[in-house]
Amino acid sequence: MAWANHLLIAPILLPLVTGAFLLLFDERRRSFKALVSLFSTLALLAIAIALMTYADAAPDQDAATQVYLLGNWAAPFGIVLVLDRLSALMLLLTSVLAIAALTFSLARWHKSGPHFHTLFQFLLMGLNGAFLTGDLFNLFVFFEVFLAASYGLALHGSGAQRVKAGLHYVVINLAGASLFLVGVSLIYGVTGTLNMADLALRIPLVDADNRMLLEAGAAILGIAFLIKAGMWPLGFWLPTTYSAAAAPVAAIFAMLSKVGIYILLRLSLLLFGADAGASAGFGEPWLLYGGMATITFGAIGVLASQAMGRLAGSYVLVSSGTLLAAIGMANVSVTAGALFYLVSSTLTISAFFLLIELVERAQDPAADVLAVTMEVYGDDMDEEEVEEEVGVAIPATLVILGICFTACAVLLAGMPPLSGFVAKFAMLTALLNPQGLGASDGSISITAWGFVTLLILSGLAAMIAMTRAGIRTFWAPIEGTVPRVLVMEFAPVAFLLVLCIGLTIQGGRVMTYMDATARSLHSPRNYIADVLSAPSLPGPKTSEAK
Amino acid sequence: MELILAIGIGVFVGSGVWLLLRPRTYQVIVGLSLIAYGVNLFIFSMGRLQSNAAPVLASATIDPADYTDPIPQALVLTAIVIGFATTALFLVLLLVSRGLTGSDHVDGREPN
Repeated sequence: MAWANHLLIAPILLPLVTGAFLLLFDERRRSFKALVSLFSTLALLAIAIALMTYADAAPDQDAATQVYLLGNWAAPFGIVLVLDRLSALMLLLTSVLAIAALTFSLARWHKSGPHFHTLFQFLLMGLNGAFLTGDLFNLFVFFEVFLAASYGLALHGSGAQRVKAGLHYVVINLAGASLFLVGVSLIYGVTGTLNMADLALRIPLVDADNRMLLEAGAAILGIAFLIKAGMWPLGFWLPTTYSAAAAPVAAIFAMLSKVGIYILLRLSLLLFGADAGASAGFGEPWLLYGGMATITFGAIGVLASQAMGRLAGSYVLVSSGTLLAAIGMANVSVTAGALFYLVSSTLTISAFFLLIELVERAQDPAADVLAVTMEVYGDDMDEEEVEEEVGVAIPATLVILGICFTACAVLLAGMPPLSGFVAKFAMLTALLNPQGLGASDGSISITAWGFVTLLILSGLAAMIAMTRAGIRTFWAPIEGTVPRVLVMEFAPVAFLLVLCIGLTIQGGRVMTYMDATARSLHSPRNYIADVLSAPSLPGPKTSEAK
Repeated sequence: MELILAIGIGVFVGSGVWLLLRPRTYQVIVGLSLIAYGVNLFIFSMGRLQSNAAPVLASATIDPADYTDPIPQALVLTAIVIGFATTALFLVLLLVSRGLTGSDHVDGREPN
């Protein structure tokens, strides 16, 4: 299947070409740019679906890895793109969020600054590249591509608040990039390779003198990803930046913090999995306890947030912390549950960021703060007016927004019947049965109990905060204006929430995929073998004629 | 040579980190540039230090020990380009922030 093999590079080339093409037109041809951008993103979605079916085509095998040799050099010498179930999943998730964010932006936001579509396409290119690349240095390059685009997008719409948050965001990521380079070069200095599969083979062979250097390199590299994922105490920048960004930008930024998670998941299991000799399990306790600290910090942030933007930003931290702790557990079933949680929580957070903008359109920005203050000091005037307000009609727009808000609350808190519950249930089951279902001798460690408690408490915190925000917004608004919402703005929110419902209904099939993904991640032998044995194509005849 | 290089990297990164923690945006950008220099030298040193050795093999029959590792040099080149671009971007942001807030403090306002 030659065409399918070349399809592997399309998720990188398509946004690159589209983004560059759009630079040729000036901002007055906005609708044309929007149309091109939308079509390109739709094509990206189709490609991602095709790649996912391709990656999932062989359900009996543990890994169905596709390798694309750039420049036709065999694996450890040339650079490669690798597609397996995990990267296909991330590609699909990215393109789904991209469609939703882009559609939302077409109503209003893409007009509020230059080159929105170009930056958006470059962001997608960087994200897709980071998910597909098979070596560490290309990972750095793709990281910088999507970070550079994200700097532009974070500032989209300008304003003092955004510039201030953006300034901090850029400084932190530039410092993070330096750590990334130090980590990568230390690993190269010790092992002499940057290819991930080749690294996995060489790490067990590193002698004891150099092992400390290697682990120092891996730890520094890990810090660069943990900054991106927002682990406590490296994630203080995250809620501020995300809540200051424009709504569609924040929606796609929900994916950005998951890139760090993706790399940590991939590298910790590939490089420091069971086969890694003396370094096996390196960093797992850090991820576990760091993740648990992040959940705690995020949950406190969720409860303390006065504005909904910050609430969503803090919930990103809860989501990251949950995933980090789940990676730190290093258990196949926990990983599978965590993957389900990753998809579900990313879709929810993205929908919530979009929804916040619609809901807050009706309000004075200070109203949220005032509402919380009133809760503390008591608001007597409401009680007097109760008699008169019986039978007050709620406008249709608010009803629709309210239903979406409730769905978001249920998803964020992880309550039945939506996919947030399925995800948490999968993780809890795996945590409480560490040897698998039915095994009688499964003793549960104290840390697992701690994780279970935090998982449930963070859901409770989200429920309390969302209920409070919902009551203040929909039942007892301080000002009575109804927001004007276009169908084009409402549709992406509904689309993301319907996908979450779809995840619930098709939970069995999705979970099967996640299980297969987790199993191949935990036994990376096939991945390594597939990457290193990928045959290079025969060259053209003319070169041999000399 | 190793000692001089190590001290050089240490001085670059040390002063860079100190400047990064200062409150003015201009100090921060100079700090970031110094850290980038230190990191670039560090990457370079990961290919092992060798004097008068070419990175490109002339033919297949010679001793590889006479040559230096070309990959860190390629990496440094990429890192320099990317670092330069992001620093330029940060410089623009710094000026925008100065214009919007009227202050060159990293938080956009003077501490009281």
